[in-house]
Amino acid sequence: MNSDKITKIVLFSVSFIILIVAGGMVFSLVGGAIPAFKTFGLGFITSTQWDPTDGHEVYGAMPFIAGTLITSFAALIISFPLSFATSLFLGEYYRNTFVAKILGTMVDLLAGIPSIVYGLWGFYVLRPFLIDIGFENQGFGVFTASLVLAIMIIPYATSLSNEIISMVPNDLKEAAYSLGATRYEVIMHVTVPAARSGIFAGYILAFGRALGETMAVTMLIGNSIKMPNGLFSTGNSMASVIANQFGEADGLKLSALISIGLLLFVITGIVNWIGKLIIKKMS
Amino acid sequence: MKVTGIKDNIKLRINKDRIFLSLVVLFSVITVSPIVLIIFKLIEKGYKQLSFSFLIEKTPDTLQAMSAISAHEVIPGGIANGILGTFLMVALAGVIAIPVGIISGVYLYENQGKLMANLVRNVSDILQGVPSIVLGLISYMWVVKHITHGFSALSGSVALSIMMLPMIVRSTEETLKMIPQTLKEAGLALGIPYWRVLFGILIPTGFSGLMTGILLAVSRVIGETAPLMLTALGSTVINTNISKPTSAIPLLIWEFYNDPNMVDLIWSSSLLLMIIVLTFNLVSKQVAAQRK
Repeated sequence: MNSDKITKIVLFSVSFIILIVAGGMVFSLVGGAIPAFKTFGLGFITSTQWDPTDGHEVYGAMPFIAGTLITSFAALIISFPLSFATSLFLGEYYRNTFVAKILGTMVDLLAGIPSIVYGLWGFYVLRPFLIDIGFENQGFGVFTASLVLAIMIIPYATSLSNEIISMVPNDLKEAAYSLGATRYEVIMHVTVPAARSGIFAGYILAFGRALGETMAVTMLIGNSIKMPNGLFSTGNSMASVIANQFGEADGLKLSALISIGLLLFVITGIVNWIGKLIIKKMS
Repeated sequence: MKVTGIKDNIKLRINKDRIFLSLVVLFSVITVSPIVLIIFKLIEKGYKQLSFSFLIEKTPDTLQAMSAISAHEVIPGGIANGILGTFLMVALAGVIAIPVGIISGVYLYENQGKLMANLVRNVSDILQGVPSIVLGLISYMWVVKHITHGFSALSGSVALSIMMLPMIVRSTEETLKMIPQTLKEAGLALGIPYWRVLFGILIPTGFSGLMTGILLAVSRVIGETAPLMLTALGSTVINTNISKPTSAIPLLIWEFYNDPNMVDLIWSSSLLLMIIVLTFNLVSKQVAAQRK
């Protein structure tokens, strides 16, 4: 066998590790989830009960699924005006200027801050602030978690839409300017419609990020095991319930937590896949 | 009458334009303000504790911390066990993920458009989107349960390496794509064996690009807490045995946060963590900038 063939085989088999890891992941998650789904059936997903007392253990994932979806949606809505403005700042108004370079670096650094540091900042700075201004009386809960989550996902939404906005062809914009349009009108009637799907895809990927965030949410959402009944209620998310309850878990409870992990894996997988699909369609 | 109408309309449109620009600037400033606020907060509350002994001593126990607080002294000890644990686990994760990631990236580059390569690329993209806590669960099921039979540094490294892998694959492929084809063809024309063309010409040419990807991946995993909670668990002693529970800086921050006596230590530990993460981040940007 010649060396070229060996090289090709090595390249192939090492890449195959990625497939094995991913396949093994699905296999282990499903395997670990079986006891919980066997006991509770599909009711595990829709049930809102969570009682680890020995003898009459009942587990349901709905409060956490709801908590995850509500915090992530709220984070997306809060982050929208901020990251939309930032991507216009970077990709349109101040494109290729020194100010934009500095601002862009700062946005990138936002993505680098560890989740636990965001959690601390939210707990010791943002929470007292929200109480002081009378916005919230306990400071914990879905809203505070969403606020910090919103800051955390801004870089992901911004980087893609900034790139797409700066790629909108100049002749399109110039045509509008020559008709007497103001810059605002050009942005709203030319730039944004042309970059629409890219901006949308950026938000979907940011949403996918928000779904899996653990530490910052755990520190701020209140970790109460109940259905959140509004923006200012406490709650729990899928990722944070795994982190919180894992310590003392075995048997059926461990299986329930692994099932939540599997559901989280599936939900983020679908969301990311939709985002990628939109990006693929554009290019 | 009609003319003034148009004039008013123009005024309105110009005003709209101005208001929109000021909103864009205002919101952009609000967007980046957290980074400044967070760094200032960490420096303000953490610099006092940050000293040489903080870097080389292990964490104090709760009692020591309590007596220091009641005597209005600085809490003794440091986070050496966390610093060493973080470096041990991240280094091990790198040893696992970097070779696999680079070779897979080369494979994807060499097999553009082929079915198998597309599959690997898509699966790698899926891996990139998996929440880190799920990777912690996986590593718990694989390594903690079956290999080290207990919480261990190795299991933490496995979780972190699965996190790094797709980032390195992606950056390797993207880097190689930017290298001119002629370079590879010249190597092959000279009769250099295929593997030497790949690893003696392509990889060294794209070295700074690969480096950027690796540094960025490292900076991402250094701050990870959630997967380590399920795998490395934490430890109060300095540990270099990869099959034993090990601490890490983010794990220590989490422990301090939950212990009322130690809570003062969160700021200095977070400050140190931020310095390390941002250094990696900025160095990777610098390497990327030099390339251009």
